[in-house]
Amino acid sequence: MSDWDPSKPILEIENLSISFFTRLREIPAVMDFSCSVMAGEAMGLVGESGCGKSTVALAVMRDLGKNGRITGGRILFKGRDLTTMDDEELRQIRGSEIAMIYQEPMASLNPAMKIGAQLAEVPMIHQGMSKADAWALARQIVADVRLPDPDRIINAYPHQLSGGQQQRIVIAMALMSKPALLILDEPTTALDVTVEAGIVDLVKALGEKYGTSMLFISHNLGLIMDVCDRLCVMYSGEAVETGNVHQVFDEMRHPYTQALFRSIPLPGADKNARPLISIPGNFPLPHERPKGCNFGPRCDYFTEGRCNAAEVEMREIPGGDRHASRCVKWEEIDWTAPPAARIAKEKTPVGKVVLKMEDLKKYYSVSGGAFGGGAKKVVKANETLSFEAREGETLAIVGESGCGKSTFAKVLMGLETATSGSILLFDENVQSTPIQQRNTDTVSSVQMVFQNPFDTLNPSMSVGRQIIRALEIFRFGASDQERQDRMLELLDLVKLPRAFADRMPRQLSGGQKQRVGIARAFAGGAKVVVADEPVSALDVSVQAAVTDLLMDIQRENRTTLLFISHDLSIVRYLSDRVMVMYLGHVVEMGTTDQVFSPPYHPYTEALLSAVPIADTHVTRKRIVLEGDIPSAMNPPPGCPFQTRCRWKSQVPGGLCEREMPPVQMLEGGHQIKCHLSSEVLATMEPVIKIAAE
Amino acid sequence: MSLFVLRRLGLMLLMALVLTFAVFCLTNLQPNLEKLARSEGSVRMTDESIANWIVQNGHGGSMVTRYGQWLGVVPGWTYTDDKGVTRGRCISAEVPAEAAPRYCGILQGNWGFSTFAKSPVTTVLARSLGHTGWLMLAVMLVMVPTSLLLGVLSGMREGSRTDRVLSAFAIATTATPEYVSGVIFVALFGSATAGLSPLLNQWGWIEGKTLFLGTATSAMDDITFWNFSLPVMTIALYGIGYIARMTRASMTEVMTQQYIRTARLKGVSFRNVVMKHALRNALIAPFTVIMLQFPWLLNGVVIVETLFNYKGFGWTLVQAAGNNDINMLLACSVVAVFVVLVTQLISDIGYVFLNPRIRLS
Repeated sequence: MSDWDPSKPILEIENLSISFFTRLREIPAVMDFSCSVMAGEAMGLVGESGCGKSTVALAVMRDLGKNGRITGGRILFKGRDLTTMDDEELRQIRGSEIAMIYQEPMASLNPAMKIGAQLAEVPMIHQGMSKADAWALARQIVADVRLPDPDRIINAYPHQLSGGQQQRIVIAMALMSKPALLILDEPTTALDVTVEAGIVDLVKALGEKYGTSMLFISHNLGLIMDVCDRLCVMYSGEAVETGNVHQVFDEMRHPYTQALFRSIPLPGADKNARPLISIPGNFPLPHERPKGCNFGPRCDYFTEGRCNAAEVEMREIPGGDRHASRCVKWEEIDWTAPPAARIAKEKTPVGKVVLKMEDLKKYYSVSGGAFGGGAKKVVKANETLSFEAREGETLAIVGESGCGKSTFAKVLMGLETATSGSILLFDENVQSTPIQQRNTDTVSSVQMVFQNPFDTLNPSMSVGRQIIRALEIFRFGASDQERQDRMLELLDLVKLPRAFADRMPRQLSGGQKQRVGIARAFAGGAKVVVADEPVSALDVSVQAAVTDLLMDIQRENRTTLLFISHDLSIVRYLSDRVMVMYLGHVVEMGTTDQVFSPPYHPYTEALLSAVPIADTHVTRKRIVLEGDIPSAMNPPPGCPFQTRCRWKSQVPGGLCEREMPPVQMLEGGHQIKCHLSSEVLATMEPVIKIAAE
Repeated sequence: MSLFVLRRLGLMLLMALVLTFAVFCLTNLQPNLEKLARSEGSVRMTDESIANWIVQNGHGGSMVTRYGQWLGVVPGWTYTDDKGVTRGRCISAEVPAEAAPRYCGILQGNWGFSTFAKSPVTTVLARSLGHTGWLMLAVMLVMVPTSLLLGVLSGMREGSRTDRVLSAFAIATTATPEYVSGVIFVALFGSATAGLSPLLNQWGWIEGKTLFLGTATSAMDDITFWNFSLPVMTIALYGIGYIARMTRASMTEVMTQQYIRTARLKGVSFRNVVMKHALRNALIAPFTVIMLQFPWLLNGVVIVETLFNYKGFGWTLVQAAGNNDINMLLACSVVAVFVVLVTQLISDIGYVFLNPRIRLS
């Protein structure tokens, strides 16, 4: 590689086209894609699922599988064309010059091999290092990625580590032979936000330390802003806009980029005053792409005869820093004009209390040991949960995985019964009534919208049939005809065409499936709906439409919505009140404004600072939590958060380690479970500051 | 661990009791006993004397008591005839009536007397199990490595030419029962007039008349490649196809896993991807299948031992069944039950050690 000039791009992709070949047809996945990454630069690839961003990454690795083929263009890495290399040359580059970090850390590590062996393999292959040296290096790199107790970790198996630790190991593996280019394919999507913040910091620090260039693939614009210098927005197999992060974020020159930013909940968006604007229509399937501009059919600025006349070229924007856009009309569009169609909506008045929980506890007992037996352990999934929810109100329940938010939903639904405490639903005690014993009324009035719309619909039943089935179970209507009519009304309610009743779930997109899920939940006139991460599996442009739909139905039916989520931006956007949970405890509760402004509970503060925000006007205070969430099987003594709290030193006498903090009532019904005195709480500064525009 | 094993052992004991009771009932049906009376007593007995013989020889009474006697938890039967001679379950030429113990079932180590072999069951069973043990060992040594190799080779590149050829072979072998493949082998390799042997002899490649010996009787005294190959091949071939198919399925699944992609993109060569990363993960599933093959082998052994006249467990079982040798049949079923249950226990425990993620509870 001596003939490579460091001032030239380290990776240069020129007019790359990739197709997948099936028996039926050739499916173009990526068309005419160009981008370049300079040494030490971090390039972001953003786009919705199916836009071809991962395919580009795999093409750089030349690992497109049996059906994928590069049909045109070149990929130059340090001046050498990767598309013409043979297997042996590729093998020498993979892992040593270009390394990759994957989305699912658990699946990317070999379950039957020790961590150390998997790490040590890399230098043993590429540098011919001896086994002892390679293990020593592995130990050092494990320490470099800030994992505690590296000696134990290199001798562990992947399943013995937490998700965050596994991802650090995958990063360590990529760094073993100090590659020149690192490809990160959604590296934090499977992780919790506070863990994500740690990983992002680590990646940035390591990039600077080793001068590694990065190709960072993500659907999360906020994350891209945190990590990358430049980005490339992709839509339906094409790059539509590229440039440096600040230019693209503030002076976007492509309608898709603009629409994308308008559909994500940024601070300042509000469900009533400034609702999100979703992108109309659906993502085109690869073999149904329109002529001309791919985004044309969904674009507000579409002109018949110009936008769909011929394929649109990528054009350089003068005065920009290698800023380019694939739009024929970019010079004509008034980019500063505010969006036209913001219809302010009325706030739903809040009614009487429909759901009241008092001191709810849910414990599970599990056994340890390889062959069963061993001591029984108690997992305290929920500890003294008390709150009430009113008619027409949206109560958000926020927390990371393992905080007990899903257990709480199960207990409420009757899938589990409470260990102690009471749940009062419409003045009826349901805490110890499992769902089989609840009467039809109770069941139909408390319903759930599930996280993953792909798995929650029966694949062999038509959409209409599934909704009718729910109506039958709720004993709705006297005749089949009545139920049929109601089903069609429900489809109208969730804004799906009535013709969808005969479709099978596989013919629907993710957002449409989630609408069916919502229709099913509201089939029996549900009064309380538990939405368990209803939009986290959907693309951003679809998320906005689905959340708006939920809000509209809520306004009409005065439904109480319990919105379970880990995504604070969406919570801030749509909820009236917020409950923050950590290790089974409610650590903070109050109205959305109270929770999102100081004083905070130290955990809320960290959580807020961990969420990436795709807005260049926002400055965030960086608080990265050390370590992982403790196991619920073995919670720390005293305050559950004391092991990671940065305010612990402010509490005198080690109180945090000894006693469970009391619930402090602040003004306006704002509750914080913390030992910090009110004086200290008053000194807290806001985490998010929005600069004046 | 020990608790798990104890629980499994308890369960096994219960299953063994149920299974042996079922076999006991079937072998002790009235027509069987009448047949026994005729063969032990006289063919020309009247119906009345047959009934007497049955009662006088301890086959009267309820099925449960008789089962209890056989098991050794109910006192053995005794009968004193007109001449004052006392016979009984626990009385024999060596043990006179006065010294005989009250209980003498299999729990006391008394497996009964084989009416066909005219010697105690234990002696016959020990000898035949010894023979079968050698046969099984040879079969396992041939079958397990071959089938794993075939499975891994065809599974590592799904859909390739190697895969298709090996899969076709594997399917063909599993689809051929032992009594077919055995006969074909004998005709092909073990006949002095047909198949390959005359040709090879003519060309001077082999010294004897046949490539392999068509009977394994001589292998009972001295196992050689010549006399043992055909029976081993016949049994192994069936299992090879089966295990190879299982290994292939498991291997193809592992090869699509993300950690295999990780390894590939680390720059690991294909050979090492297969050897270091895929193999151990791919062997977890076939391990159970291999363990399940032991009971299956007993099945194959019955046919092959009869076909090749090798006096092992299978041959003994066939003879016992054919000659209404009740005690022998019962003993054989005890052995079979024991083999099935023990291999299952080993398979469950081994699984935990192979797969670090599995926890039994």
